[in-house]
Amino acid sequence: MQRRRSFYLQLAFTLAVCAFLIVPVFLSVLAGVTENFFVGIRSGLTLRWIGEVWGLYSETIYLSLIIAIACLAVVLAIGVPAAYVLARRGGMVARFIEETIVLPVAVPGLAIALALIITYGGFRDFRSSWAFILVGHVLYTLPFMVRSVLAVLSSIDFKTLEESAASLGASFTQRFFQVVLPNCRPGILAGSLMVVTLSVGEFNLTWMLHTPVTKTLPVGLADSYASMRLEVASAYTLVFFIMIVPLLIAMQLMADTKVPGTHRAPAEDTA
Amino acid sequence: MPSRDQTGRNAAHVNQRDYPRLFLMILPAAIVFAAFFIAPMVKLAIASAAGDDGIAAYGAIITKPRYLESMLATVALSLSVTAVAVAISTVAGVFLVRNRFAGRALLISLLTFPLAFPGVVIGFLVIMLAGRQGLIAQVSLFLTGDRTVFAYSMAGLFIGYLYFSIPRVILTVMAAAEKLDISLEEAARSLGASPWRVIRDVILPALKPGLIASSAICFATSMGAFGTAFTLATNIDVLPMTIYTEFTLNANIAGAASLSITLGLVTWIALFIARSLSGSTVAASG
Repeated sequence: MQRRRSFYLQLAFTLAVCAFLIVPVFLSVLAGVTENFFVGIRSGLTLRWIGEVWGLYSETIYLSLIIAIACLAVVLAIGVPAAYVLARRGGMVARFIEETIVLPVAVPGLAIALALIITYGGFRDFRSSWAFILVGHVLYTLPFMVRSVLAVLSSIDFKTLEESAASLGASFTQRFFQVVLPNCRPGILAGSLMVVTLSVGEFNLTWMLHTPVTKTLPVGLADSYASMRLEVASAYTLVFFIMIVPLLIAMQLMADTKVPGTHRAPAEDTA
Repeated sequence: MPSRDQTGRNAAHVNQRDYPRLFLMILPAAIVFAAFFIAPMVKLAIASAAGDDGIAAYGAIITKPRYLESMLATVALSLSVTAVAVAISTVAGVFLVRNRFAGRALLISLLTFPLAFPGVVIGFLVIMLAGRQGLIAQVSLFLTGDRTVFAYSMAGLFIGYLYFSIPRVILTVMAAAEKLDISLEEAARSLGASPWRVIRDVILPALKPGLIASSAICFATSMGAFGTAFTLATNIDVLPMTIYTEFTLNANIAGAASLSITLGLVTWIALFIARSLSGSTVAASG
């Protein structure tokens, strides 16, 4: 009897923690589709605020998508080969390089943004283009791709696979594209989901790096929180949730199938 | 079938011939990293000591009351958030690992979803809870006739930081709790230990590395949190906000740079501790 009571107490506690995390999200979604949140739900439901957000901020949504895709392309092109080299090399040097690559996640985005502005702020055209934001996003997301691919490579015996391919006469290029890459697929997929999710939601770096003509979705969100009525801010947040929740679900599904290299916990620096 | 010797020679052959190509493959990442991270960070370090006070700019963290207050407030906030988040998450995390029930997987998903929410959004969620039109204001209006509003105070920041900390800590605690050896507890129980003694003398000591690691992650995240503070801390000086105002409003580049380097070192050390204690699974960059 005693034991059952402690089970229900702990369940109630855990449900309360869950409510703390989910209720505000629910309220925000509700406010985004309510005619007048101050009056409450009886004022009626509407898509008016979403429409208003689209009119005011659609460019930030496009820019965020463009930057996320560009960021993914760059990180795939430079991160996957780098991860392969680290896996091949192994040992202390590879550990040290991996530790260095992770630094942009450990150091607050604010500091990195400041450093980038001090160094490259003088190049006007670069500073005022979205490529400046892209640089920050690439630095911040690169470690996730590298670690994700590394985790897969260290869980399979790819060296033996490569040796057998080589003994059958496969060239280096053939081995990389036809043996290594197909085996890395789960890690590349998990890493890509992570990169896109983090890029779409990145604020700490982006707020410092953006200009009035290069506003991303989270920058627009901060703007709307400060200056718009609650319903518009909520509708905008709802648009953001619609964009990232499918990515989060896909990531959780991958983590549940226990694919090596899929991490449940993304950055500790998104806050 | 190739002999053992032949395979060995093949392996050596594969290894050595590839070195120049491997170098070329890591080169693009190395160039991007050197040009856009290492060089700017060096420049930041130089800028931090290039103000009127030189390297003494770092002393301002202690001598300048505004910096010192901001530093102390941020450390106090981060420590208290860490303590509460770890306590809450340990209870919930151990419970979720120990028990199987309908809806458990959904509950874990819901508890970890907020991980990828940016800080600004979390700030807004606190406004939904504790702002003028928030849930707590409505409930307190109904109960006492007064609106309780604390979103833009230290209490609001605390709630926001707790919000982004709980999912991270729960994941780390769950990873540690999965490795617990149940037979030790059964042995303790069969020797007559009470449930509380089992928790105090068996479960908590075994969880200790995981708890220290998650505390370090939580502390580092709270110290560096900018988005949440940006939305809520209009009147509060937490360190990232102080850096931001020094740079944008006061154009004090040396001050902002020395403060960000100090902050970066603190968070990096905390995360390094976390990573070395909890292995590579859920720690640090996850």
